Amino acid sequence: MARVVVDVMLKPEILDPQGQAVQRALPRLGFDGIAIAEVRQGKRFELEVDGPVDDAALTRIQELADTFLANTVIEDFTVKVEPS
Amino acid sequence: MTARVGVITFPGTLDDRDTQRAVGLAGAEAVPLWHRDKDLKQVDAVVLPGGFSYGDYLRAGAISRFSPVMETVIEQAKAGLPVLGICNGFQVLTETHLLPGAMLRNNHLHFICRDQRLRVENANTAWTTEFSAGQEISVPLKNIDGRYTADERTLDELEAEGRVVFRYLDGNPNGSLRDIAGITNAAGNVVGLMPHPEHAVEPLIGTGRTDGLGFFTSILKKLVGA
Repeated sequence: MARVVVDVMLKPEILDPQGQAVQRALPRLGFDGIAIAEVRQGKRFELEVDGPVDDAALTRIQELADTFLANTVIEDFTVKVEPS
Repeated sequence: MTARVGVITFPGTLDDRDTQRAVGLAGAEAVPLWHRDKDLKQVDAVVLPGGFSYGDYLRAGAISRFSPVMETVIEQAKAGLPVLGICNGFQVLTETHLLPGAMLRNNHLHFICRDQRLRVENANTAWTTEFSAGQEISVPLKNIDGRYTADERTLDELEAEGRVVFRYLDGNPNGSLRDIAGITNAAGNVVGLMPHPEHAVEPLIGTGRTDGLGFFTSILKKLVGA
């Protein structure tokens, strides 16, 4: 088993009101000691792959992220293989 | 002979029955279509109704895009089949890339449900010929993922080609760029909008206005020349 992680984030130019709401709540919750200027919220997918994660498998996962897990009109994504 | 207008039901669709009823009130025959069925039953046009197909999991419309029925819809829409996407249907149309841009969470993060005034910007699409350009209509709006977004180049292109079909009036309800409530593809056969014309087709219900009926009489007129 190997784990491949796909992280999906809104593109930097896209407004993220959910991230903003989290950021604005920080002082109210007592987390005001550190200056957190901005919060952006994304999605993380963990794909458990049976068998080797070779180039062919990674290409397919890249394709899957590009067409399905992320909407590249509004989101960027990264694909990482986690060390087992 | 009348026109046959297909109405697709995905798991989680809510407004399929209202849409079928609106199609019938306009004088066309509503044909229920099922998401797992590739066969469009030889309909002359298709409506993708509102709701929360597949629970809006991943992104609104993201999973519906890969349903068997959509394979045929995408293929035939590219060949000219008239398609109307309402609310979740609009989200599905942007996810399939039949329409440009994407829908995001409302900028104020709240679900919104109200009567919404709109200006008809383009009365030449398959679904809007019964309106006139500049006409103001009022239909219900109800969603949480209604913020229309596209890059500046796409927005400029939409404006230049007259492909913004509806714009919000009386304040932008969700942060949609350039107050866009609905758009069309270059050919004018595919239209998507967030507000719900199918909920404004009978004087006894809602606003008491029947502004939504025009969508369905437009398509009927186009199909049978009635």
